[in-house]
Amino acid sequence: MILGIDVGGTHTDAVLMDGLAVVRKAKVPTDERDLLTSLLAATDELVDSGVIARLERVVLSTTLSTNAIVQNKIDRVGLLLVSGPGLPPDLPVRDGDGCCLAGYTNHRGQEIFPLDHRQAASALGQFREAGINHVGIVGKFSTRNPRQEIELGEIAAGLVHHVTLGHRLSGHLNFPRRIATTYLNEAVWNRYHRFVTEVVNFAATRGITAPISILKADGGTIDIRQSVEFPVQTILSGPAASVMGIVALTGCRSDAIALDIGGTTTDIVLFANGAPLLEAFGATIEGHKTLIRGLRTRSIGIGGDSVVDYRDGELKIGPRREGVAAALGGPFPTPTDAMILLGMTAIGSREKAVAALRPIAAAMDRPLDEAAATIFHETCRRIGLAVRAVIEEINNQPVYTIHELLEGWRIQPQTLYVVGGPAQVMAPELARLLDCEPCVPEHAEAANAIGAALARTTAELTLLADTEQRIMTIAEEGFQSQIPARFTRQDAIRVALEKLGEKARKLGAAERDLELEVLEAQEYNMVREFVTAGKNIRVRVQIKPGTIGLLAPKEGRC
Amino acid sequence: MLKPQRRTGLVFFPAFDWAISPNHPEREERLLYTQDQIFEEGLLDRGNIVEYKPGLATYEDINRAHICVPDAASVVTESHLISAGGAITAAEKVLAGEVDNAFALVRPPGHHAMLVVHGARGFCNVNIEAIMIESIRHRYGPKRVAVIDTDCHHGDGTQDIYWNDPDTLCISLHQDGRTLYPGTGFHDEFGGPNALGATINIPLPPRTSDEGFMMVLERVILPILADFKPDLVINSAGQDNHFTDPLTDMRFSAQGYAQLNERLAPHVAILEGGYAIEQALPYVNLGIILAMAGLDYSQVREPGYNPERLRQSPQVTAAIEAEIEAVLKLYKGRQAAKTKIVAGANYLKRQKVIYYDTDGISERQEETVRVCDDCGGLVMIESVADTGKMVFAVILPGRCCPVCRTHGEHFFERTNRGKFNRIYFQDRERGIFLVK
Repeated sequence: MILGIDVGGTHTDAVLMDGLAVVRKAKVPTDERDLLTSLLAATDELVDSGVIARLERVVLSTTLSTNAIVQNKIDRVGLLLVSGPGLPPDLPVRDGDGCCLAGYTNHRGQEIFPLDHRQAASALGQFREAGINHVGIVGKFSTRNPRQEIELGEIAAGLVHHVTLGHRLSGHLNFPRRIATTYLNEAVWNRYHRFVTEVVNFAATRGITAPISILKADGGTIDIRQSVEFPVQTILSGPAASVMGIVALTGCRSDAIALDIGGTTTDIVLFANGAPLLEAFGATIEGHKTLIRGLRTRSIGIGGDSVVDYRDGELKIGPRREGVAAALGGPFPTPTDAMILLGMTAIGSREKAVAALRPIAAAMDRPLDEAAATIFHETCRRIGLAVRAVIEEINNQPVYTIHELLEGWRIQPQTLYVVGGPAQVMAPELARLLDCEPCVPEHAEAANAIGAALARTTAELTLLADTEQRIMTIAEEGFQSQIPARFTRQDAIRVALEKLGEKARKLGAAERDLELEVLEAQEYNMVREFVTAGKNIRVRVQIKPGTIGLLAPKEGRC
Repeated sequence: MLKPQRRTGLVFFPAFDWAISPNHPEREERLLYTQDQIFEEGLLDRGNIVEYKPGLATYEDINRAHICVPDAASVVTESHLISAGGAITAAEKVLAGEVDNAFALVRPPGHHAMLVVHGARGFCNVNIEAIMIESIRHRYGPKRVAVIDTDCHHGDGTQDIYWNDPDTLCISLHQDGRTLYPGTGFHDEFGGPNALGATINIPLPPRTSDEGFMMVLERVILPILADFKPDLVINSAGQDNHFTDPLTDMRFSAQGYAQLNERLAPHVAILEGGYAIEQALPYVNLGIILAMAGLDYSQVREPGYNPERLRQSPQVTAAIEAEIEAVLKLYKGRQAAKTKIVAGANYLKRQKVIYYDTDGISERQEETVRVCDDCGGLVMIESVADTGKMVFAVILPGRCCPVCRTHGEHFFERTNRGKFNRIYFQDRERGIFLVK
């Protein structure tokens, strides 16, 4: 049996699954100030001692880190930066909380300027005097060679409460993003650590021995104890949960579009060959651009309860939302009211919907049903345009090899999955606009909890091998080792996949879920003075987001 | 000092799967560390730096700028179509108003490719700047264009293509031809009879540093540009002037490149040469992009940068002063010079010997230009290569007067294949390309 819980902003949804079938569902309101209580309430509703004995896995998706960042309930962090020459980075902290230190590592991981230990110690001393207990340490090109970050980490260890080192958070390049990611990680570390401790204690008191995992922004899971050092990876897991739910409910294996039509916004996600697409450089949260692997979701301000207005010859739909549909007692007309008027759905009071839409129809100088039809079609059309824009963006992404440029990979969605309140009603029209087959999966209202329950472990690794310097580096793991001069790309791929398997198991993956994939494997001749000096090998491997199984298909399901 | 930020387009195509040969300076690795630096600095996250995928140039595009023997398809591969396409994309984005300026960081380079192309020379097959310029003219109408070639080697290809074109100003700044490939580019190479002063060469002595380049920029290039009033300024931005470049002897620095680009303010910059791929290119390209985008480049510093050690000697400065004077004198006297050079002739000929070092081909050309005061003049070229190819080409300029047109069309019609393998007709004004 599997327990999946999604602690959302308004509600906490939970499902109990037996094999791959939903046994019980629960929905409790979320207490923003005490997520743990909501979590426990949902669990207690679904789980008794009989279930506990048969529980194999528990997966949580929580907004704890996201909320902490959004509401600025975070700790003050001091940043030690080794930025060297180049563009001075913008800092996410106030002046004085960030300190640029001497030192520099270049793109090949060679130390060009050494650290000044006394300067570092002095900076740390100043942080302590200012009452700062948390420190982030980030160096340019630390993913090529983490040594300078590690050195600084050792100096800081005794002096402050906790330290985050940039290179452990991602193997990707981008110093400003690494700074933001490190900062956020350290800023929520304390809060998250307490949360995990409480969850683990709760599990112990209930006798839950099944492994507990946390859902990440890329729709993959990580063992809760491993997640303690990387709380920033648990941000933005809400949308990821819904998307993984769609994967589990539909068994999507091709290019597709998924829409979650909410009250205020519609979230758009694209799938390539059944896997949701990830952000090219990393997720963004509260204006901070990070290196966190996140799903590539786009949100537009049009939803079922968007305020509809007609002014100066223009029909406005959203982005404002001021409550529920007029038919349900809300203050303004909404697309939902238009759908009620057109007989597409029968919720709430038709009279109230009509009353709310009458002034709009008058302003448009149209009969009521025509105005309602226009509102409905416009809502669909605008959502359709936003989706097309996302597809365009993906298809125009720069590539850097002749092969890729000429091959011209494009995403060509066949199916449109729609979840959310008005999904049934809007799916056919949206599918028509987007040249896709519509599909509104069963259990859509619990998609998020199901997605959490069935999401499998994901991980990514970047391995760099430099046969001139005879060094192999996997920065995220803080791993460096000697290699022979004859090390080849095949060797690099082999080692990378081995290490990825090890990492995945440590993060809680089951053997059967280890679907390893090589994302990139490039090899460059390094030529110095007209002689080949060695090879510069770069390999990226991952376990891509997916579910441990699919729900058994029911009749009537697409 | 707050600088106005500009919207800069970046066409970045490192062609990681293409090389002239595995150990050649023009190999897959060339832009690898530049990419690393651009990514690590987070430049593409900046709202005012926009990356574009390169388009593909077509054979039609190539035939607007070149006479390829036997045809365009034989002298290029996909890598050249993408490289030229990248240059075109960069220029298009500027002309369409999407960005204020653009930098095409593409390979392979092009400035050694001349008007007639029998093969590859100086790592170049086709001239990506010329292809870009003619493509823009085709789409947007006649434009006055200035190409400032700051690559360490004389931009002999670009010079050749525009030798007779008074509407295209070609200024080349390079290490003295007596000390470096291709051995040309002296100040007396001043343009064809109808375009005197539209070709400017400033050879610099070895070990010229930032100071020398900026001297030439301020005293020769900027004033001549102001005089010429171009619609488009292009920087053929080779980076082999760098003090760490393995193939050359100059002492330019990343700071120098950035300053040059800031002062020159080109609409489009295009990568040419530059083979110090670890020590120079990442920092130089960073400096150029920051300068073009109006961002702070003051802390861009390559390892081993020591301004004291790079300072140029007084002898170098004196030599540059002499060059500057000679060039300015020639420029001022360009109208008067025409009468003397033409001496009443209707047509002028020049003989050229061209060596294609990358492919080992030797070519002889006789170029005939009609003396004309109304346009660049009809050009006819007879070309013989030791590959056994012999061709004849008739070229009408981008702005063509009726007389030159009549004569040109007449010559093309009248000339029979005879000893020639092919006869070409390139009408730059109407975008027509014929082969018989």
